[in-house]
Amino acid sequence: MDVAAIIDNLPLYFKGLGITLSLVSGALVCGMVLAIPIGLLASVRNPLIWALPKAYIYLFTGTPLLVQMYIIYYGTGQFEALRESFLWPVLKEAYWCALIAFALNTAAYTAEILRGAIEQTYYGEIEAARSVGMSKATIYRRIILPSAFRRALPAYGNEVIFMLHGSALAGIITIVDLFGAARIVNSRYFVPFESFITAGFFYLCVTFLIVWGFKLWEKRWHAHLRPRDTDAAQKVGKLPVSKPG
Amino acid sequence: MKRLTLAILSAALVLVSGAAIAKEWKIVRIGVEGAYPPFSSVTTSGELVGFDIDITKALCKEMQVKCSMVQQDWDGIIPALLARKYDAIIASMSITEKRKKKVAFSDKYYNTPAKFARKKGSGIEISKEGLKGKTVGVQRATTHDEFITGEFDDTATIKRYGTQDEAYLDAVAGRVDLLLADSVAMDDGFLKTDKGKDWEFVGPDYTDPKYFGIGVGIAIRKQDTDLVEMFNKAIAGIRTKGTYAKINAKYFDFDVYGD
Repeated sequence: MDVAAIIDNLPLYFKGLGITLSLVSGALVCGMVLAIPIGLLASVRNPLIWALPKAYIYLFTGTPLLVQMYIIYYGTGQFEALRESFLWPVLKEAYWCALIAFALNTAAYTAEILRGAIEQTYYGEIEAARSVGMSKATIYRRIILPSAFRRALPAYGNEVIFMLHGSALAGIITIVDLFGAARIVNSRYFVPFESFITAGFFYLCVTFLIVWGFKLWEKRWHAHLRPRDTDAAQKVGKLPVSKPG
Repeated sequence: MKRLTLAILSAALVLVSGAAIAKEWKIVRIGVEGAYPPFSSVTTSGELVGFDIDITKALCKEMQVKCSMVQQDWDGIIPALLARKYDAIIASMSITEKRKKKVAFSDKYYNTPAKFARKKGSGIEISKEGLKGKTVGVQRATTHDEFITGEFDDTATIKRYGTQDEAYLDAVAGRVDLLLADSVAMDDGFLKTDKGKDWEFVGPDYTDPKYFGIGVGIAIRKQDTDLVEMFNKAIAGIRTKGTYAKINAKYFDFDVYGD
């Protein structure tokens, strides 16, 4: 075990961690902004409306993220017209190419999660909302979306973790993210085990924080689904104490 | 009983180790890269071709062993050798002190200098000042990566690629201002091709042994000293018999062996 090589390069790993975190959070924010309208439109029962968003979801969930990233990074560089366009300053940078690919990809998955959650809305709730005279927009705003977001939360937590893990692909197109840092350390010292297990450890820590964060979030949003705190209720005498057995 | 087991065990041990020492190399597995023209590349039909490949075939013939070639990405090529995925690397690998800590090398089988290339008309000069704010593309884990990291890390931005071909792609796309690579590989693999027509060499030849070693050799696991010997003899063999010169002439109009 070559521990010294890892310790000497910890600053490189932390720099890589910073790039990974900024890529993932940037992609998640952009992806969410895209996913809400796409998911909403995909859930509407009118083929003219759902066709396009569903095609988008199908396209981006049906192809590997690596392929999407290669098309955006190496593919765009092939066209002279693109290279001379106003888009090039963005597409020239590997970082932005990765961010675009990740955002488009996670947008598709998130939209699909949202679509499913919206379609699961209990019809009685909508009927009730209609019966008190809410407009369509109000029903979406007050009834459908809040409950859909709640239902989507656990699946979205998984998507965030998948995005973190998928972001390792950025290391392939010259970005020095966590995985890129590990590859540099490996190439300098020929220590694949030590260098990649260190990167794995960093990913594990971030995953842990994400899981923990979502647990807190769910606790808040799913408070109404939790079993009542019987101990506390018994103490103040609101619930009868049942004997075990 | 215990003694008997011990006797059997030690007998078995002697047999096993004896077999290991006496192991004759009938089949040698060679790790090659396949993304480094004109030394090593894959044709459209999936066949490995290039100077390294022809040298490999010539050496195996000279050693009278069967060779199988395994294609492996560059930055995992030494770890895979140590993990016994193959027995030798013939992939234009420079003999450097750092690599010698992990693997043994045969004698050199060629030696060519490294050089920068720039886009024609860019006017970039090779100096600490000239490289300020410029992006240099190199292949990761190469001597060129070592050199640019060691000498220009403070002024230039370094982009590291898995293969040399990817670096060429980004040069054409305009994502890098300069390339640093082996002069012969870059000349034949890029500058003389259609996609590299807007690029040209700039700056001196680099041969500093501190970074670039003493030529290109065959990497072998340290314990396989017999295989190192075999390769050394075979290199000398194809040099004297003229096989080397024939292969040299097939790819280059100058002597790649160096002095």
